[in-house]
Amino acid sequence: MRYAYYPGCSLHSTGSEFDLSLRAVSPRLGLELEEVEGWICCGSTPAHSVSGLLALALPVANLSLVERMRREEVVVPCASCFRRLKAGHHETTESPEVMERVNAVVEPPYQGTVEIRHPLEILSAPEMLRRISTLATKDLSHLRVACYYGCLLTRPPEVMRFDRHEYPMSMDTVLRAAGITTLEWNSKTMCCGAAFSLTETEIVYKLTADILEEARAAGANASAVACPLCHANLDTRQSEIEERLERTFGLPAFYFTQLLGLAMGIPAGRLGIGKHLVDAGGLLPPEPEPLMEAASVVVCRECDLPTRGGGNRE
Amino acid sequence: MNRAVTTERITPNSGFAKAILGESGVDVNLCYQCGKCAAGCPVAYVMDYPPAQLIHAARLGLEDLVLSSKTIWLCAACETCTTRCPQDVDIAKVMDAAKILGVARGYRPALGEVRAFHKAALANVRRFGRMWEAGMIVSLKLRTRRFTKDLDLGKRMLRKGKLRLFPTLRGARRAARVFSRVEKAEEEREST
Ligand code: SF4
Ligand code: SF4
Repeated sequence: MRYAYYPGCSLHSTGSEFDLSLRAVSPRLGLELEEVEGWICCGSTPAHSVSGLLALALPVANLSLVERMRREEVVVPCASCFRRLKAGHHETTESPEVMERVNAVVEPPYQGTVEIRHPLEILSAPEMLRRISTLATKDLSHLRVACYYGCLLTRPPEVMRFDRHEYPMSMDTVLRAAGITTLEWNSKTMCCGAAFSLTETEIVYKLTADILEEARAAGANASAVACPLCHANLDTRQSEIEERLERTFGLPAFYFTQLLGLAMGIPAGRLGIGKHLVDAGGLLPPEPEPLMEAASVVVCRECDLPTRGGGNRE
Repeated sequence: MNRAVTTERITPNSGFAKAILGESGVDVNLCYQCGKCAAGCPVAYVMDYPPAQLIHAARLGLEDLVLSSKTIWLCAACETCTTRCPQDVDIAKVMDAAKILGVARGYRPALGEVRAFHKAALANVRRFGRMWEAGMIVSLKLRTRRFTKDLDLGKRMLRKGKLRLFPTLRGARRAARVFSRVEKAEEEREST
């Protein structure tokens, strides 16, 4: 299945391992992602705090690019982009008046035809779950994962139409299909403070500490996320929180796509796991022994099989 | 908890409630004060008025109180309140509308740094089309004059390749066009 793909700003920078790991697992699952040419920022929280029109125009400008590609569905992994693109589509298609106002500033005009999909929505379809179970051959039974969905993936439900909004299960279902244990716990959709990371950092410390505390109490040894803002707070800020509370969490945060990749036997390096600040070393499966002399081995990016040197690496 | 004390004349269905409706499409008069929004709000503990009080104040037309409150700038836009409100009041949208009206009517944002972040981020997107985090952080520091905050973290993120040293310009022209058209459309709307 071929989809348009909107990575958004974070997946090209602070959350690049989400992009990397999604691209690594997609071909194996039969998903082809075609990046939207010339996409721009969705505006995120700053836009909707400053101008109602801008907050719709930025995401809709991207949806109109998807229409130009003649794609009907666009995959959006970042929870914040997902929320904003959904808002853009929802508000314009609900009201002809809003559509007109937005299309007066967007080019080419949006026709309202694009379906915005989160990877979790695609992967939690029954057919995909079966495929995941067949492909996931690595033993990750030592993991106890708290799936953390955050705010924006499911809220508000009339707009997002995605999973159960108070107690979502899609990420749990996907990871369980890959043979990973996920836990029942209470903070799946609690807010981590997200956009306050750079300004009201104290709020982030408190909210994120509560989430880490809950995950630990449920017996987790790792968390899984689907949002680069959640990841930034759970992973990047964790050591600061530990210092303040004089308490160790040592709870590595993975993107769910990274865990899927590990379960499928994709090496940690190709999933960007080394980019995290909280060390996940102890939880990773052992890397396979090299099959041939290291110097002459080139791993094919498509199929991951080692080929003799000189192969096409792109 | 703070109590909204006022000597102003209080009128239901106030002009201010209408202004909020105009900006956001949300009718605060629908609120029946169940308090659910305040109960679930993760940042209510630092707000000067919990969401339910703020909505009521807006309904009563207490413009000064609402527009100079910390609450509207402390809202994390998590939309728990919006999701749970039995009266379908989109509280998160009211928070945004109040920020926008406050700035338009010359109120000083109670949390200048949050406003500075929004401005720095949007200026960055307008210029580069896609957010260039490193550049945005530098310009935020110039605006807020807090140069040492998160310095260590920034260094660690650079080392991990999580911050790009240079911006891309792909999409820059499209973004700039959207921004300037929005600006024009809003000016026209204000003058009518
Ligand atoms: S949840 Fe809705 S009805 Fe209840 S107090 Fe808040 S705004 Fe009013
Ligand atoms: S959207 Fe804002 S006001 Fe509503 S619950 Fe979240 S932080 Fe509180």
